[in-house]
Amino acid sequence: MSATFFLGASLVILAAVTVSLYRVIRGPSIIDRIVGVNVIGTKTIAVIVLTGHLFGRVEFFVDIALLYALINFVGALALSRYFERKGVDVTSERAR
Amino acid sequence: MTVVGMVLVCGGVFFLVTGAVGLIRFPDIYTRMHAAGKCDTLGSLLVLTGLACHEGLVLASAKLLIVALFILITSPTATHAIARAARRNRIEGWTRGEDR
Amino acid sequence: MRKLFVFVMLFAVWLVLSGHFDPLHLAFGLVCSALVAQCSSKLLLAEVPAPHLPAAAWGAVRFLPWLLYEIFLANLHVVYLVCRPDRLRPQIVRFRTHLRGDVAKVVLGNAITLTPGTITLDIVGDEFIVHAVSDVSAASLQTGEMERRIGRALRQPAGAPPDGSGV
Repeated sequence: MSATFFLGASLVILAAVTVSLYRVIRGPSIIDRIVGVNVIGTKTIAVIVLTGHLFGRVEFFVDIALLYALINFVGALALSRYFERKGVDVTSERAR
Repeated sequence: MTVVGMVLVCGGVFFLVTGAVGLIRFPDIYTRMHAAGKCDTLGSLLVLTGLACHEGLVLASAKLLIVALFILITSPTATHAIARAARRNRIEGWTRGEDR
Repeated sequence: MRKLFVFVMLFAVWLVLSGHFDPLHLAFGLVCSALVAQCSSKLLLAEVPAPHLPAAAWGAVRFLPWLLYEIFLANLHVVYLVCRPDRLRPQIVRFRTHLRGDVAKVVLGNAITLTPGTITLDIVGDEFIVHAVSDVSAASLQTGEMERRIGRALRQPAGAPPDGSGV
């Protein structure tokens, strides 16, 4: 019963990931894409943990989730710092 | 406790979905970041604590809470870093009355 | 004192993350925590004076439930805005804080980002540049409630002169 529930929950989250993917592909500027990727990363953490429950091994999957959270955070920081210094291509912003 | 966990997970999923919808519905970067930064943080917090409640008093739930705390600290920091990058690049925000 | 505090925190995290309680792993944890505490205890919370650390930690614990409640309210607001995007009224607000020290400013910045419809865009010295998503959120920023609570949690007297005892 609870397995079905958590399976449904992760499927719904995956649907939300698909929706956010639209922003990553379409997003008028690079910053929108970074936000989209960051959002997808956060959702993925939730999915990983729920998957861990489905396999009955939450304690292992939590470590993966922790690592994923770390990489997500460092990645977002690195990307935003990089584009803060380099500058965003504003023409792609206007082109929408 | 199981029921409490399920309710929390349900709420978390709801907020995650709302965050995704807000991400594509809002008109400019800054407002999108509101949806991304807030809804996603609370959503994943609720999913993690809900699962911790569901697991009961085992080591895994303590780990889940540590992940939740980590997200609580890092997610707004990442949002702020991205917002600052947008601002330093002089990306203009949408204001009322403009066309989307 | 500071080293002891950092050591206890590190070792607690080690215990939870390793999950093995046999003597070998405990010894590894003790050695690693002691090493890190010895080398880099100055990096963590460097501005809170050492005798205040336990009180500050307790203050943070008491601050957390209120923050979570505010985050919940903020999310309901965003959900409402997602349903009614025509209620959006984005604006940029600037204000000065009297919190001192990087830790307090980081906590305030993060709390602002998480709570009702506001995102910290930039911090220049004492000035916060905040993006608010609607009029209600911009107004809630002006009350200074959050600043007071953070100041209390980190043992900084609110509105004290810049050379106060807090740092």
